[in-house]
Amino acid sequence: MNRFAWAHARGIAEAAAAASTTVADAMAAPPGAGGDEMSIVKAGGIDLIDLLKENLLVPAKLVSLKDIPGLDGVVEEQGGGLRIGAMTTLATLADHSVLRRRCPVLADALRGSASAQIRNVATLGGNLLQRPRCWYFRAADYRCLRKGGGHCFALSGENQYHAIFDNGQCAIVHPSTAATVLVALGAAVELANAEGAQRQVLLEDFFVPPHRDVQRENDLKPHEILTAILLPQLPEGLRMAHVKQGERDSFDWPLADVAVAFDLDPEGSCKRAAIILGAAAPVPHRARTAEAALRGRRIDEDTARQAGRAALDGAMPLAKNAYKLPLFEVLVRRAILAAAARQ
Amino acid sequence: MVEAASVLVGQGEAAESGGPAVVGPDPVQITLTVNGVARTIEVEPRMTLAEALRGLLGLTGTKISCGRGACSACTVWLDGATVCSCMMLAIDVGTRSVTTIEGLATGGRLHPVQAAFIEHDALQCAFCTPGIVMSCAALLERTPDPTAEDVQRAIAGHLCRCGTYPHVVAATLAAAKARKA
Ligand SMILES: Cc1cc2nc3c(=O)[nH]c(=O)nc-3n(C[C@H](O)[C@H](O)[C@H](O)COP(=O)(O)OP(=O)(O)OC[C@H]3O[C@@H](n4cnc5c(N)ncnc54)[C@H](O)[C@@H]3O)c2cc1C
Ligand code: SF4
Ligand code: FES
Ligand code: FES
Repeated sequence: MNRFAWAHARGIAEAAAAASTTVADAMAAPPGAGGDEMSIVKAGGIDLIDLLKENLLVPAKLVSLKDIPGLDGVVEEQGGGLRIGAMTTLATLADHSVLRRRCPVLADALRGSASAQIRNVATLGGNLLQRPRCWYFRAADYRCLRKGGGHCFALSGENQYHAIFDNGQCAIVHPSTAATVLVALGAAVELANAEGAQRQVLLEDFFVPPHRDVQRENDLKPHEILTAILLPQLPEGLRMAHVKQGERDSFDWPLADVAVAFDLDPEGSCKRAAIILGAAAPVPHRARTAEAALRGRRIDEDTARQAGRAALDGAMPLAKNAYKLPLFEVLVRRAILAAAARQ
Repeated sequence: MVEAASVLVGQGEAAESGGPAVVGPDPVQITLTVNGVARTIEVEPRMTLAEALRGLLGLTGTKISCGRGACSACTVWLDGATVCSCMMLAIDVGTRSVTTIEGLATGGRLHPVQAAFIEHDALQCAFCTPGIVMSCAALLERTPDPTAEDVQRAIAGHLCRCGTYPHVVAATLAAAKARKA
């Protein structure tokens, strides 16, 4: 790790003013650019320190958000939604009584992410903003497309953990497990800048696919702090489930995960459905054909099976990741049936 | 900081303080509470807690293996919660108290988990052992009467290349019994 200075921010505006660039901007800039001024925000530091240790990023200063009051915790809002402070750790959320009562699917997804040691430090904001796990991206020797180079090494290389959708340019999968669930539930993020201006963006729109910009996974701007994750009020009777498959049962990013949420009319037919695939595409992937396969139908083995097949619509596996097709087909079916079984 | 300060002119708390307090990159004096004792050391902001414990405080019981948060060999407690000390900057510890493997024994007596590890042959090369012991001891603080599954979940972040896992589970269950006796 290179040397850096340490700034202790005490307020959001102060942190935003000090954060001169984002990790995505810094990594895409030519080597040496940014130089003396490059200041980067640090939350739990799990992803950031990993990048620093690999010398993928050489900031002059880290700006710690840890002691800014009011950036952590869960608040039940007037309208029925939940406001989750960006600095709340995954461990706190996994055990949080309000979250466990209001949205156990999210609490369980966080409990199943990473290891206890990581969850005790990692924040939900940092989790959504973590950079991809593509091994070429993580290795300083490969200046690939996402880091401002001219080539994707994964397309013709080792791509077993890569995307099966939208993988023509850069085949990363989005690394956040929480994001799969949060997108299915229609969550939004709240951001604040140095002037105190706030904006709210639907999480699904905050993520940036390669055709919009291949060098970033999200629309975080320099001098901007992610302050909260906002869960809307969930309709009465909403059925939800999140299922995943890893290479092992202990801790690791999943090979594939699926979140579903749907509600039923009094006759038991599906009114609206959200089906989101994680570790499938550069951003959490909405399986629109599968969603359409559920709408207006009663949920049973048959519809779940059809939706599982429909979820693969548009998939274009690479040389080494076709195994993900049956994985997603089965996970979508299981998630739908698991959600339907929950009262 | 000139730039940051000028952006902030006229902005409440930040304007008053003129931007965040900045230290480093040269060594900074910090005081860590380690195993109940306040220890003052000089660290560059980039120094990890694992490096500070081992290199500056001579507490070499904490091991560094992957250095990336992926094996948990470096597990210590911060205010009782397990963390990977290789992914924690020493300067970021602040006022939280650090407990290392050297801090588990009291009055010359091994912690029940340590004693049970010996009894149940729960280590071979022992490189992963200090970290695993910290996780198992933390589990007993939270869950005095764990099931085998609780232990498995508590050690899920640890990699042991010697494959001691079944003995670790047996030892921890025995330690829970011994603590109650
Ligand atoms: C062994 C291991 C297994 C893992 N398994 C999983 C898994 O199964 N699922 C999963 O989802 N993740 C997994 N992770 C990833 C881990 O959860 C993330 O690295 C972690 O959540 C990042 O959060 P942080 O608070 O440490 O972020 P940091 O590393 O501090 O920050 C991450 C990035 O976000 C920026 N940032 C952070 N907070 C803010 C903010 N509030 N405003 C503006 N910018 C900000 C930082 O500048 C940085 O670029 C795993 C990690 C490890 C080491
Ligand atoms: S998949 Fe994306 S991050 Fe990985 S090598 Fe290709 S361009 Fe780089
Ligand atoms: S050495 Fe810290 S987790 Fe492996
Ligand atoms: S005892 Fe050798 S690695 Fe665990």
